[in-house]
Amino acid sequence: MLFGIEWDTANNWVFAVSILPILLKGLVVTIQATVVGFFVAAVLGLILAALKASRLRIISWPARFVTEFLRDTPLLVQVFFLYYVLPEYGIVLPAFLTGALALGVQYSAYMSEVYRAGIESVPLGQTEAARALDLSPLRQFSVIIIPQAIPRIIPAMGNYLVSIMKDVPVLSVVSILEMLNVAKIIGDRTFNYLIPLSMVGGLYLVLTLVASAIVRLVDRRLPKQGIPLR
Amino acid sequence: MEWLSYSTPLLQGAWVTVQLTVYSTILGAIAAFAFGIGKVSRNWLIKGVSICFIEVFRGTSLLVQLFWLYFALPVLGQQIGIDLRLPPVVAGTLALGLNIGAYGAEVVRGAIQAVPPAQYEAAKALDFTPRQTLWRIALPQAIPEMMPSFGNLAVQNLKDTALVSLISLGDMAFRAEQIRNFTQDSVGVYTLLLFMYFGMALVLTAIMKLLERSIGRWRAGRA
Repeated sequence: MLFGIEWDTANNWVFAVSILPILLKGLVVTIQATVVGFFVAAVLGLILAALKASRLRIISWPARFVTEFLRDTPLLVQVFFLYYVLPEYGIVLPAFLTGALALGVQYSAYMSEVYRAGIESVPLGQTEAARALDLSPLRQFSVIIIPQAIPRIIPAMGNYLVSIMKDVPVLSVVSILEMLNVAKIIGDRTFNYLIPLSMVGGLYLVLTLVASAIVRLVDRRLPKQGIPLR
Repeated sequence: MEWLSYSTPLLQGAWVTVQLTVYSTILGAIAAFAFGIGKVSRNWLIKGVSICFIEVFRGTSLLVQLFWLYFALPVLGQQIGIDLRLPPVVAGTLALGLNIGAYGAEVVRGAIQAVPPAQYEAAKALDFTPRQTLWRIALPQAIPEMMPSFGNLAVQNLKDTALVSLISLGDMAFRAEQIRNFTQDSVGVYTLLLFMYFGMALVLTAIMKLLERSIGRWRAGRA
């Protein structure tokens, strides 16, 4: 029994049907962690990208180092680090938030590169034209550069959203009851790992195929010439 | 400095991490070429198998694959009467290699399809067999294009090896966890561990860059 739902081990099919609602509860946690992690990554990534674009080396170099460091170290270790180290400095977060924060921190490094690449992909002539029209730097950025960068940024962010979803099972190490952890617990108690773990694999496959299809659809629908901010 | 006392067990773990990275990267490279070439094959059976492999391993989480191979496969073996229990090293290497291989296969496919069509037309005009076209025309031009992505995937693979600590394989992350339980010095142990992974990633990146340069040279030499 888990989350107050009983399972029936009479045979594989009955077992599979009886644990589906339990796995779906885990799936909800997986999606919640994905969304929170994605949001954190999007915001932190934007900050990192802005710092890296700074003309002052004393700002841009540390930001580059942080990006490289976050990208080259395992998510698992980052999760452990935040989970055990933050409380020592008096920051006590619930396990779920710690895990989602770790996901966000890891992916903020990737996101910052997405923003940078998106902005750099806008042809230089656009900036030059904006400058020739005597637009202020702020207006150059907000009405010329950003609207053209967005259609390039969104699909890449969508792909990272899918990646984040696939990394959520790592959070099970800090006892977050996401889908894989739930399946593992069911396996531990019934000694039948085959059914729950295979179902998690299947559910993941469906989830990522649907998510990737949506990302492709959005990519096709986005106006390539740009999206005005207002 | 208690940091020094951590170094012996951590270095033992680091050696396991290095071995796992090397073996699974080699397995991944083999899988990447096999299924990447398979996906552009004209034989529908080979193509179908390749697409299924790539979709399954890219579409599910690595940790799910690792747990499936380590926990679920023995149960499947029991039900059909074959002993399918894998030692943690084998399960870890297989999961890591096949997972990264699926990502690599997409890189291989992309690079082969990016070879200009005129090259294939020229090969056909010169009456090359499909096999000759692949080995002598497509791959020599496609492999240098794959190298930057392979570099990223190798670092990805190194990071992913940390997950094998969850099936009780004594890699660097596993040793660190043991030391932390023993000394309760979370800050010291995990900071050291993060920097060790970072250092290994830098070395791996440098190796892949060297490989990229030497492979880039053989295309220029023949042109």
